[in-house]
Amino acid sequence: MCGIVGLHLREPSLYPRLGELLTGMLCQVTERGPDSAGVAVYGDPRWSPPGEASVSLLTGARTADDVAAAVRVLLPEAGVVDAGQTLVVHAAAPPDALVSAVRDAVPGAVVTGAGEEVAVLKGVGHPQSLAAEFGLPAAQGWQGVAHTRMATESAVTPAHCHPFSVGTDQCLVHNGSFANHATIRRELRAAGAAFDSDNDSEVGARFVAAQLAAGYDLEKSLKLLCERFDGFYTLLVSTRDSFAVVRDAIACKPAVVAETPLWVAMASEYRALAGLPGVEAARIFEPEPEEVYAWQR
Amino acid sequence: MAALSTSDVAVEPAVVDLSFTGVRELNAALHAPDVADKASAWRVTSPAGRHSIAVGLDAEVDVRIEGHVGYYCAGMNQLATVTVEGNAGVGVAENMMSGTVRVRGNASQSAGATAHGGLLVVEGSASARCGISMKGVDIVVGGDVGHMSAFMGQAGRLVVCGDAGDALGDSVYEARIYVAGAVKSLGADCVEKEVRPEHLAELAGLLHAAGIDADATSFRRYGSARRLYNFHVDNASAY
Repeated sequence: MCGIVGLHLREPSLYPRLGELLTGMLCQVTERGPDSAGVAVYGDPRWSPPGEASVSLLTGARTADDVAAAVRVLLPEAGVVDAGQTLVVHAAAPPDALVSAVRDAVPGAVVTGAGEEVAVLKGVGHPQSLAAEFGLPAAQGWQGVAHTRMATESAVTPAHCHPFSVGTDQCLVHNGSFANHATIRRELRAAGAAFDSDNDSEVGARFVAAQLAAGYDLEKSLKLLCERFDGFYTLLVSTRDSFAVVRDAIACKPAVVAETPLWVAMASEYRALAGLPGVEAARIFEPEPEEVYAWQR
Repeated sequence: MAALSTSDVAVEPAVVDLSFTGVRELNAALHAPDVADKASAWRVTSPAGRHSIAVGLDAEVDVRIEGHVGYYCAGMNQLATVTVEGNAGVGVAENMMSGTVRVRGNASQSAGATAHGGLLVVEGSASARCGISMKGVDIVVGGDVGHMSAFMGQAGRLVVCGDAGDALGDSVYEARIYVAGAVKSLGADCVEKEVRPEHLAELAGLLHAAGIDADATSFRRYGSARRLYNFHVDNASAY
């Protein structure tokens, strides 16, 4: 069991409340995954200042000051934000160049996300404590995704937490388990992909990233995932302009979507949506098996 | 959260606001041996999708829940009438024994799972596995049902006024299934059967009990072909 919540805001006046709303949603799915958690936030000016790229990092024992000193050797203007077990480095550079510079400056660090919009923060601990550690309640932005993990197939570490963000401004969270992930991981490795963990969900994220890189849109990429992956899954996948949900062929894992003119939200359970403004008038439905639901910014 | 005291429930209907009272306290009050003497009608407000609201009731009380509920609402119900003025999460009225559970909105997966008796009405649609392993309950759905509904249904009646998803009645035993709309596909050993006068009468009775206005003659009947009941030697190689 794991918990998924996601919120895609359509109404700009709600952007300052993204973190507050997402924190409330995350806390409602704590029981579904109390061992660790992660969030992805699109458009927060602390983590993703306008005109800059940012890289989210797990650096183990290295402190924010230590990482900042190492990164500024290569990028003197870089900023480093301490978000608990994750650090966010931002600078006026293309995302790929920033990732490369950060990897050189902080060898051994795990990159949990990179892009011009997204910050991906992960940690081990109680989801409510982690939300405070991340500084999530104060976050702003236009889209956010969060996951509470109850590990079933790989270790409980920050690197094994969702979201898995393996392409620029992409993000995937998963409730379920893939049965044939080892086979697909071998195929993706043969095609040049490098993995950060042995988590089955990372295979899903890298598969989607490979399809997007091949030129398919998110909807088509998720249809291809349905064809290729065996197992149980409810997935919430986001990019810098899309927010999409898909479930396996028997809809094994729960999902509920609510939609209003102000926002689209998805969660494992309705109670995570119950506090959203205007939910009383929302169109609420459960996604059908193997049907891709996608919303564009 | 304070436990409910007698004074809290001395008025009729008793009102419990789940913004202030925990589900455990509510259920404990509803489980009290003298619950029907205290108040035979209960209103529950601000359910906010909480799980296990009004489970395990065993008295002739009327419980009205004003909003959406989470998992297992009215599970194991006996005698009570529970109405959800909203949607219900997974497993509403699971293992119900008697009484009536009514969902005014839609129900999630496994509505009425394993239920032995009573009447479950979903005025909207129910999603996958509605009536899975039903053992005597009557379920009337005003809209559609999802895939694998009435899976391994042993007894009772499932009435669907809309459409049914894939694999309806897979491995069904003696549950009887009526569907007015389209059936996407039938599951293993489930077949369409003749609608005889006794079935029309049964169906009319169920629709009447559910308070749903539908023409009994527009339904088709499905049930077990009874080919999975006994081991067949031709299937030996499959084991």
